[in-house]
Amino acid sequence: MSKLTGSLIANPRMDRWISFLDDKTARVASGKVEIGQGVVTALHQIAAEELNLPLDRVTLVSGDTDIGPDEMYTTSSLSISMSGGSIRLVAAEAVVLLKERAALRLNCAPDDLSVVDGVFMQNGAETGLDYWSVAGEIDWSRAASANAEPKAASDYTIVGQSTPRLDLPAKVSGAAFVHDAAPDDVTHARILRQPGAEASLVRLDEAAIKRAAKAEISVYLEKNFVAFLGQDEAAVERAAAAAPLHAEWQNALNIPAAAAEAAWLPDQPAVERELGDVDASEVDGARVSLTVSRPYVAHASLGPSCALAHMDTDGQLKIWSHGQGMHNLRKNIGAALDIDIENIWAKHLHGPGCYGHNGADDAALDAAILARAHPGQTIRVQWRREEEFGYEPLGPAMLVRAEAVVDSAGNPVQWTADVWSPVHVQRPGNPAVVMLGGQALLPPPAWEPPVDPGEERGGGGTRNAFPLYKTGSQRVRHHLTERAPIRTSALRGLGALPNVVAIEGLMDELAARADIDPLAYRLNLLEDPRAQAVVERAGAIAGWDKRGPGGEGEGMGFAFARYKNTAAYCAVIVALTVEEEVTLNGIWTVSDAGLVINPSGARNQLEGGCVQGASWALKEQAKFEGEGITTLDWDSYPILRFSEVPEITAELMDMPDEPTLGVGECSVGPTAAAIANGITHALGTRIHDMPFTRDRVMAALMR
Amino acid sequence: MMSETFSLTVNGKAETVSALPDTPLIYVLRNQLGLKGVRYGCGLEQCGCCTVLVDGAPAFACSQAVEATAGASVETIEGLGRADAPHPLQQAFMDLQAGQCGYCLAGILMAAKALLAANPNPTRQDIVTALDGHLCRCGAHTRIIAAIQQAAKVMGASA
Repeated sequence: MSKLTGSLIANPRMDRWISFLDDKTARVASGKVEIGQGVVTALHQIAAEELNLPLDRVTLVSGDTDIGPDEMYTTSSLSISMSGGSIRLVAAEAVVLLKERAALRLNCAPDDLSVVDGVFMQNGAETGLDYWSVAGEIDWSRAASANAEPKAASDYTIVGQSTPRLDLPAKVSGAAFVHDAAPDDVTHARILRQPGAEASLVRLDEAAIKRAAKAEISVYLEKNFVAFLGQDEAAVERAAAAAPLHAEWQNALNIPAAAAEAAWLPDQPAVERELGDVDASEVDGARVSLTVSRPYVAHASLGPSCALAHMDTDGQLKIWSHGQGMHNLRKNIGAALDIDIENIWAKHLHGPGCYGHNGADDAALDAAILARAHPGQTIRVQWRREEEFGYEPLGPAMLVRAEAVVDSAGNPVQWTADVWSPVHVQRPGNPAVVMLGGQALLPPPAWEPPVDPGEERGGGGTRNAFPLYKTGSQRVRHHLTERAPIRTSALRGLGALPNVVAIEGLMDELAARADIDPLAYRLNLLEDPRAQAVVERAGAIAGWDKRGPGGEGEGMGFAFARYKNTAAYCAVIVALTVEEEVTLNGIWTVSDAGLVINPSGARNQLEGGCVQGASWALKEQAKFEGEGITTLDWDSYPILRFSEVPEITAELMDMPDEPTLGVGECSVGPTAAAIANGITHALGTRIHDMPFTRDRVMAALMR
Repeated sequence: MMSETFSLTVNGKAETVSALPDTPLIYVLRNQLGLKGVRYGCGLEQCGCCTVLVDGAPAFACSQAVEATAGASVETIEGLGRADAPHPLQQAFMDLQAGQCGYCLAGILMAAKALLAANPNPTRQDIVTALDGHLCRCGAHTRIIAAIQQAAKVMGASA
């Protein structure tokens, strides 16, 4: 017997997940959405596999509040285990119910029947019945029981194949995104953003803005929410570009520049917690510590956020958005605008990659505010580039200090980590969190202490703060900054990247101190055979045994982590050259993700994580001062370019009989850590603060 | 200010549009001609999302005024091929899953088309140089390079 998933407990009705349609297809629904990670393709494979149907007889609907389950947000590398696990159970149960029904009609035993393309067969002959001829006789409003046994992995023919991505044909040929879905008579809109929750508008020169638009526009003004609307998108864009010069605000943000650095964090009031072996007594021995930092970083979606909204004259609100959770978006917009959620339909459409909580939800509320004020019109809100960079929530800066007590053999016998970080998740839905449009319309809510995701969800700042290595007692002191200087929220991996950089950096320091090869040193401290296998395989494919002595500008760095200590295992090796800048020469990554649904898709996630992790490690820092973020374009916020991306070799361990482990975020932290360790190997000295820019390399060379 | 009439060829078809002379080409293509595959990314010539071909050469549709395009021949992703009748470049991108969110792909495919027209057998370095003005945030770079190499091979074989 299988166990019900969390998604099935929250959405028990089978008809929330599956329906058999008159055109002889099955429609399967998921609350998880496609954010470029290929999840809809993988869920579609799982559904077809378990239903014993070819792929073209199954459609997968995702992110639709009317016809799909509520699975909260598409986050934390959980989609395949949560939604895929649920679909697998529902589909297996559906097949059992259909077969029982057909057997009843045919006066035979269910086991006498087999299924080919949805048609019931008996003794090799068609019975005249198929899924669709009996589906109508079953009450699909029943609760899923998880009593049907899903297929064995050895029987899979669709799962485990690199079937083509369902979303790519549209994306390589034309309209594909929410940005492209507007009807011809759409009303285009741009927003003039409020510079901080406390700011109030004292003057707006509407006449000057209308002149700048050069064609007809209207100005919508409600408290501190300002928008420009019209049929001519170029005109509303001109208005928005000119507007900041013609607006005056009181009580705008005024942030000191020092607050934009990770070094600012330890002096701030914090919510203090101690986790792990908090009662362990102090162990004697040499103490070795390492402190690393990551700055504030941006999601930096390639396309600025966009949303469509339409309110019927009878008060029904429709929203089209690229946010990560449509049911939550509906609840949050309902609360912000005081609309009963039964009167809101939210539908996910493709968007540019978000990698976490970016401007998508805020843009959806912007559109909803304007749709409510303009019933009967479809409103399209397109954020501007500087708006996306300037108003998206940032991934928080972090400072991490890891300390090991070491025995006479050079092995760790006690481990302590201090993590200083602002809050990692401020998705709307938390009562203390208000979306941008909401804060422009309502007085700010009373301040409440920040709350990070709990440890049962993998933690926020503490994500991956506990090493997977044998270290004796482990404890983590989490210093959760009370008041972040800027809005922060979820970014791929949350605290995993800086924590893995600290752990893996200290492991390298300990190995050097013990005069043992860093890879061999780790193998000796890993007890989980799957972790050991990943580490060994990465060393083999990267040619770790040919690693040079280092110190002459050529380096090879290694790092390993299991994401959240519960998801996919991942090892990364980076070869690099350090002159004035760091040049990446090659990246090798190996992951054990259990059963892999679509190998090409999973490797794509590993590779993308390597590039993004490298980009964060080498290049990215969001800066802010005064009224807000100052890195507002791709020149001031550079990311890794084609000329800077090396060849990447990504490999998955073959583990079809193990449960799927989420792979979407596992390579990001190990890549940054392998780069940090590779630079240390190349230079003979460590750079502690990300990003590892030319200035920091030069400073290290001067030491 | 008055709208003016401009004639241009778009994906092989003669079009006449009416717009203010300084209207960025992207809005004319997307909103008047319905070519929604032309993507807004930055408006600053920094990301390459909006790349279209003007008389065969890559151009930023976000910053080029419609006035400057009058009389020119413009090609967008919609002119490259359809999902059900793809160009070898589009086919290679689908085959290799060369993309994640896909927002950068329309601009990159147009730049790749211009590259292969000038250089049917590009090296990895040639491709990197041609694409260095294009950003990809998901990290699909190595697959994109491989897909362009595959398309070059297919096109070379059929030429």
